[in-house]
Amino acid sequence: MYETYKSVNENPCNMCMPLGGIIAFKGIEKSMVLLHGSQGCATYMRRHIAEHYHEPIDVASSSLNEKGTVYGGEKNLIKALDNVVKVYNPDCIGILTTCLAETIGEDIDRIKSEYKASRNISIPIITAPTPGYGGTHSEGFVKTSYRIVEELSTNKERHDRINVIVPNISTADLREIKRLLELMKIPYILFPDYSDTLDSPFNFPYKKIPDGGTKISDVMSMGGSIATIEIGVNYEETPGKYLQDRFNVPLYKVPIPIGLRNTDVFLKLLKEITGNPIPKSIEMERSRLLDGMIDSHKYNFEGRCIIFGDPEMVYSVFTTCMENGIHPLLIATGSKAQRLKELVISEDNPLNVDITIIDETDFSHILKLSEEKEVNIAIGPSDGKYLTEKGGIPLVRLGFPILDRVGGQRILSVGYTGTLNFLDRITNTLLENKYKTYRKDMYEKYYKAM
Amino acid sequence: MELRLDIPEREKFIKMKGKHHKKEFICNTDSVAGSVSQRACVYSGARVVLNPIEDAVHLVHGPIGCASYTWDIRGSLSSGSELFRNSFSSDLKESDVIFGGEEKLSKCIDEIYEKYKPKLIFVYSTCIAGVIGDDIKAVCKESSNKYNIYVVPVESSGFIGNKAAGYKAACNSLLELIKEFPVLKKEPLSINYMGDFNLAGEAWIIKGYLNQMGLKVNTIFTGDSNFESLKKATASSLNIVQCAGSMTYLAKKFEETFGIPYMKVSFLGIEDTSNSLRKIAEFFNDKDVMLKTEKLIEEKTKMAKHIIEKYKSYLKGKKAAIFVGGGFKAISLIKQFRELGIDVVVIGTQNGQKDEYEKIEEIADYGTVILDDANPSELEKFMVEKGADILAGGVKERFLSYKMGISFIDHNHDRKHPLSGYEGAINFAEEVYTTACSPVWKYVKDGVKRYV
Repeated sequence: MYETYKSVNENPCNMCMPLGGIIAFKGIEKSMVLLHGSQGCATYMRRHIAEHYHEPIDVASSSLNEKGTVYGGEKNLIKALDNVVKVYNPDCIGILTTCLAETIGEDIDRIKSEYKASRNISIPIITAPTPGYGGTHSEGFVKTSYRIVEELSTNKERHDRINVIVPNISTADLREIKRLLELMKIPYILFPDYSDTLDSPFNFPYKKIPDGGTKISDVMSMGGSIATIEIGVNYEETPGKYLQDRFNVPLYKVPIPIGLRNTDVFLKLLKEITGNPIPKSIEMERSRLLDGMIDSHKYNFEGRCIIFGDPEMVYSVFTTCMENGIHPLLIATGSKAQRLKELVISEDNPLNVDITIIDETDFSHILKLSEEKEVNIAIGPSDGKYLTEKGGIPLVRLGFPILDRVGGQRILSVGYTGTLNFLDRITNTLLENKYKTYRKDMYEKYYKAM
Repeated sequence: MELRLDIPEREKFIKMKGKHHKKEFICNTDSVAGSVSQRACVYSGARVVLNPIEDAVHLVHGPIGCASYTWDIRGSLSSGSELFRNSFSSDLKESDVIFGGEEKLSKCIDEIYEKYKPKLIFVYSTCIAGVIGDDIKAVCKESSNKYNIYVVPVESSGFIGNKAAGYKAACNSLLELIKEFPVLKKEPLSINYMGDFNLAGEAWIIKGYLNQMGLKVNTIFTGDSNFESLKKATASSLNIVQCAGSMTYLAKKFEETFGIPYMKVSFLGIEDTSNSLRKIAEFFNDKDVMLKTEKLIEEKTKMAKHIIEKYKSYLKGKKAAIFVGGGFKAISLIKQFRELGIDVVVIGTQNGQKDEYEKIEEIADYGTVILDDANPSELEKFMVEKGADILAGGVKERFLSYKMGISFIDHNHDRKHPLSGYEGAINFAEEVYTTACSPVWKYVKDGVKRYV
């Protein structure tokens, strides 16, 4: 294990809390988000999210200026709420704090309550404390999801649906999970479901808030579901945990279903909870994945990879690499990853590789270790282009954010079909890299003029 | 047409050419809270201006987000060091916010010095650094003395104003730095080129023209610049300013401090490029320079016009909307669209100034909507009402435009092709043609017809 003891962060491997919060709120039907803080935060995060999803991302800001910072930002926040209601007419408003609002000690819950009373507004306004220095975008996503469930899930009337709670995965992944649930004929509440709102079809005329998202009434009913399957293993204080503690909804935590084993776990769990069989068509997909794994296993064995990104994603990519004989030499995340570390260490290690795990890290450190370990493939979000540019390590793009390619939101990696898709991308990257130089390499290695 | 809006307070930021307005038009002031302004913060303004200084370390004193969102997102090119393409942050955490971050900042500088031995470090203040009251100036001074290098504080706390305040903070930091160096004797035919950040090599194109005219370029602010080139800035006889919003302030300060006069120029489009080059040549009043300039203009114009004419035949009669950062750029874009036979029907800027809006109104067509600090909802409303076929803007506007079925020109900072000078004018025409005449819109419009 390798730890960092330095102060400066050189080339960040994570973003800040409110960014994750925005994505979580985009998964609620007809909702609008407001950042309480200075304007740049909203603008920067909008730009970042827009470039990944290739969608317009409207996020309001209370535009705190010097006066608001010194004397309190209540007036700005109230005006911002008024304007958001007027322009967007949302069914739900999320208020996320920023570093600035938290540091000056804004009591957003009080302001919200007084605002609702004075304007006689009945739509939910949900607050989430997300100071940028309090954690990364991964934590922001989980924390905000927690706050949404805590605020809305009040109806404990029992029904026959199951909760499926997701971490920040691609919109294509969300749609794949829904497809699997539907193939298994399982009634579900997927939360937060941004598969349509952050990957909306071309419609005419333009809608300020795109269709889709988890219905507010569905979030309200999550306390009455027969079970919660929470996709994500790194965090403890999660919406699923809340539902279990508050409403006794049984909680099952599973890794993101990428890889044969993780997908097996997910589907078997669905089968056990509901009693519904896994249909033949899904079994065919499994066999096809297995067939594909055989096709590529020898090529994959040459892979010596670095995996980086959000902890949840990193863990599933890690186990998928392990089951395909790709050597995961370095695992890195910008977030805190105590659980992830335990899980990686406890994993059966048939490849007998020396795995290094670093968390709260940056790309300058990742590059240094990648070079030391002679890694030949990188898997993670597009900031890993730095590893390609500086270290010549080819990158398989996966996760959030993908800023330098189109289709980041459409990258499919979950389920048997998604896994095969993902595996092919890795294998082909390895092959491409090998073929690029093998004539020259072999010549240099073996040719001798006689 | 009505200018009535969902947010009545926004009405004073909007006007229509030829319409009598009861309220005075307002710009360059705080955004209306909750209006989804497209503007960024003070820090972002400062970072944009300084970041292309290629052998400097740019250290952001604040929580990680500020550095994360600005890591290598701009397309500034360098002919030398690539140190500037890294993003350094003191990565303030909760405990630093409570106990103060000065010590951590100081350690960060130590580590950076240890690893890179840079001659120049810029330390940017962010919202949090400002609010917890870290004395960045003192830390910078101490580190400067410790290592005998230049550690320059940039006062860019996000909440102290808007992006324009960040430009000013950056200019002040540059000025303070340059004042540290000996003032040089002015070279007669030399020039500083301000307000170009060398996106996709734009500064190289303009530098090429100026060299061809017989002029020497001492320093570019800040595209493809470095510590050594900044030292030479006081040896110039003239400053020309391309991005007026960000660097007119520095040019004024240069005039006051070092007696170097300045002029605003624009290299967007054939017309503005030619006019600007002529204006520069006239300033030097040198026969040889004037001759060379006319020759350059003639050759380049002929070449560019020949190509642009080809595209123009496809574009005539289309309508454009503009939403860019500064007013000066918007003015050039109006002319540039006209060179292609395209009328501009909506013009917005993030940070335009009063005199720029006056000029915009003067040259705009009757009925054109002019907006300061426009938001997506207003852009949408006016593009629909005025029937825009094309929008020129930045990243966030691109997806709004596409979702509305409207073609789009990237005038953002991470583009991979230059839009300056004659070469840029050709690229612009080509891009307008590429987007406005793409077959995709046929299917979009067919869809509209089918469903409406």
